[in-house]
Amino acid sequence: MKLLTHNLLSSKSLKGVKVGYPLRIVAKDVKINESKFNKEFVKKIIPKLDWQVFINAAVQIGHNNDLSDELIDDYENNDEFLKKVHHLLVEIEIINGELICPETDRVFPISDGIPNLLLNVNEVP
Amino acid sequence: MATMKLKKLQHALEDIETFENPKIELEQYTTSSHIAACILHTAELVYNDISGKCVADLGCGSGVLSIGAALLGAQYCAGFDIDPSAISLSVENAVDRDVLGQCDFILCDVKKIDKNVRLKAFDTVIMNPPFGTRERGADLIFLKMALSLATRAVYSLHKTSTRKRIMSLAKELDVSAKVIAELRFDLPASYKFHKQDSVDVQVDLIRFKLPLLDSNL
Repeated sequence: MKLLTHNLLSSKSLKGVKVGYPLRIVAKDVKINESKFNKEFVKKIIPKLDWQVFINAAVQIGHNNDLSDELIDDYENNDEFLKKVHHLLVEIEIINGELICPETDRVFPISDGIPNLLLNVNEVP
Repeated sequence: MATMKLKKLQHALEDIETFENPKIELEQYTTSSHIAACILHTAELVYNDISGKCVADLGCGSGVLSIGAALLGAQYCAGFDIDPSAISLSVENAVDRDVLGQCDFILCDVKKIDKNVRLKAFDTVIMNPPFGTRERGADLIFLKMALSLATRAVYSLHKTSTRKRIMSLAKELDVSAKVIAELRFDLPASYKFHKQDSVDVQVDLIRFKLPLLDSNL
């Protein structure tokens, strides 16, 4: 699971959960998967991200590069910055770990790179 | 990167592993490599909805649409399915074609995906949803979910016999819908209750166009 995916997921599907975002991450097993840098794509995706959630997620999995909590101005023309974002967003793969609901502490396992958000019958509203 | 030729794409998708034991209640009919390639090729060449885009695949099954989208240059493809064996199959197929770097596969209930995934997070949604034959209305729920996730377009397959229902839902939700191809689905007798060897079903490929948002400009 990539951090881009993490940025999109919530646990609002759980009974009684209001926001369910962001999910905490516990990464037990992380792999780096190099992929082609597409500058236009990264530029386009940044404004769609919840930036602070993205940076916190990188910190939680121990890949806190030097990116700050505040999105820098003029990032569109900063190749070095965009490459770092690309790396954190799509090249880091959480192979095994957990996603944890911020309101209920319900654990959603990540195994073999696959996050499992399925609920038991008694957890559905 | 020049767009992959239709034939080459179809070939790349040809030997995708499919379900050994399809589940009736989920209407797991595999999208054939030919149909998948045609849908994706049209989406890319005619509408520019794939290359460089964020693409979601709801009820991804074998992963054929996600993988095809990745081969056509989609930057990020997310496949969602409620069935663990489908998701594992998708991962396996994506690894075989060396596109897992562009894909993530997520286990979740697609019918409630609006409570698991940020709305409007994707440019394009491509899907082969259940036809709603086994579970009435499943097709419409999938379509509503797809429209809640996409900002540009949704491509979906529906039985031609349900066209009126689909079009009126599109109207209700204020999206324009266009049948861009009429296909014959040659469904192999996947299930024991199918008496003939294969069943021909008339299917529409429909493109739903979302109202343009500022972020698309």
